[in-house]
Amino acid sequence: MIEIKHLYKSFEGRAVLTDINAIFEEGKTNLIIGQSGSGKTVLVKNIVGLFEPDKGEVLYDGRNFVKMSKREKVLIRREMGMIFQSAALFDSMSVLENVMFPLDMFSGKNEADRIKRAKFCLDRVNLAGAEDKFPGEISGGMQKRVAIARAIALNPKYLFCDEPNSGLDPKTSLVIDELIHSITEEYKMTTIINTHDMNSVMGIGENIIYICEGRKEWQGNKDQIMTSTNEKLNSFIFASDLFRKVKEANS
Amino acid sequence: MFIVNFLSAFGRYLMLMGRTFSIPERWRMFLKQYIKELSQLGVDSIGIVLLISFFIGAVICIQIKLNIASPWMPNFTTGYTTREIMVLEFSSSIMCLILSGKVGSNIASEIGTMRVTQQIDALEIMGVNSASFLILPKILGLMTMIPCLVVFSMAAGFVGAYASALVGIVSVDDLTIGLQHDFRQWFIWMSMIKSFVFAFIIASVSSFYGYTVEGGSFDVGKASTDAVVRSSMLILFADIFLTPLLS
Repeated sequence: MIEIKHLYKSFEGRAVLTDINAIFEEGKTNLIIGQSGSGKTVLVKNIVGLFEPDKGEVLYDGRNFVKMSKREKVLIRREMGMIFQSAALFDSMSVLENVMFPLDMFSGKNEADRIKRAKFCLDRVNLAGAEDKFPGEISGGMQKRVAIARAIALNPKYLFCDEPNSGLDPKTSLVIDELIHSITEEYKMTTIINTHDMNSVMGIGENIIYICEGRKEWQGNKDQIMTSTNEKLNSFIFASDLFRKVKEANS
Repeated sequence: MFIVNFLSAFGRYLMLMGRTFSIPERWRMFLKQYIKELSQLGVDSIGIVLLISFFIGAVICIQIKLNIASPWMPNFTTGYTTREIMVLEFSSSIMCLILSGKVGSNIASEIGTMRVTQQIDALEIMGVNSASFLILPKILGLMTMIPCLVVFSMAAGFVGAYASALVGIVSVDDLTIGLQHDFRQWFIWMSMIKSFVFAFIIASVSSFYGYTVEGGSFDVGKASTDAVVRSSMLILFADIFLTPLLS
């Protein structure tokens, strides 16, 4: 479980996050949603330690990440996996080498076992046979799946996804969402997904936090979101014609 | 303002070097990276070093024979001067200036692209010291290969000088006597010591500009240019101080 308490972050005097409190539960897909520029990515970067919060606490199963020494942070980071918006695969390495990278760096396994584990992870994301390809030779959806395989290679306790569906077609987005959801349940991970894709929200939103102008406006799940009376949330969700029509049809 | 910016950048450079010079987390991975850099930064530069040195060696020899040598000077002047220019300055300083263009822009653009495509963030999230993992093998790789490049450059320069002798500009015997006249081994060592320092400047400064880039492809291009300009300037400054110090 990851808990955030009274988190503040500003850049050059401009407040980007203000008093964020949230709990992200284990074994569930926790979604952070909001408009572009609302502070979602900054929030995730504060949680994983790419940014230092101005104030507040980030607790990983009760361990305060903000107060940790560099060494402790490095150790806890080995329990994290992250899928970036751009997949962030290493260009100079093949698909197999990308997935093997965290194993090469941090596992004490021998080479045969590392290859076996990497191939298992690739198989888990339905990419068996693509081991020798390079990131530039595969599609965006495949790159995201390689990123997922790399992220789960070390059996992480915490998985972070920064807009995993960005730039993907709806069908591939669905595949990626389902994959993240099933992996989260299978490995009992605490997964945090940062997205503004409403299909993801309705598909895998077990715990949803809505951020607007750097403040937490609403928290609930995919069943509660359609009936919420929060005006800011409604203006975000029902900006799309499709969802307006779904709401009208339901009512 | 200029001084504040300079000191701020210098401070960030020192902090980055502090992170860079740490014990590698996995020696196996470090060696893999190190060997890759030996090839990418050193072996891949051999061609351009040989080509430029060959022609410069030939041109120096021709210029001295046609424009400087006279009946009042000994016959070996051309070979002697060609050797001194190649050994003392060209193969260390000028060759490193040329390499700062090739290798420096390569390093800055590679690390800069990794920064803007979040590959460095990915390394940090995994708990890898990205500075040490990416920069240390480049610095050590270039510093290992630079003595070889300096020696190749000197050799190619002398071959170039002989090539000009073969077309009849200077006699082979005079050139050979000149190349051997009053030879001091220390000059070779001096050239290598200077090139070690220049290699460190090229790799570390270019890595700094690449590592600290923010933005997109435009900024990577700018960082690459800045890396080449700043490392060239630093090489020239270092040369001014090192030459009297080592002579």
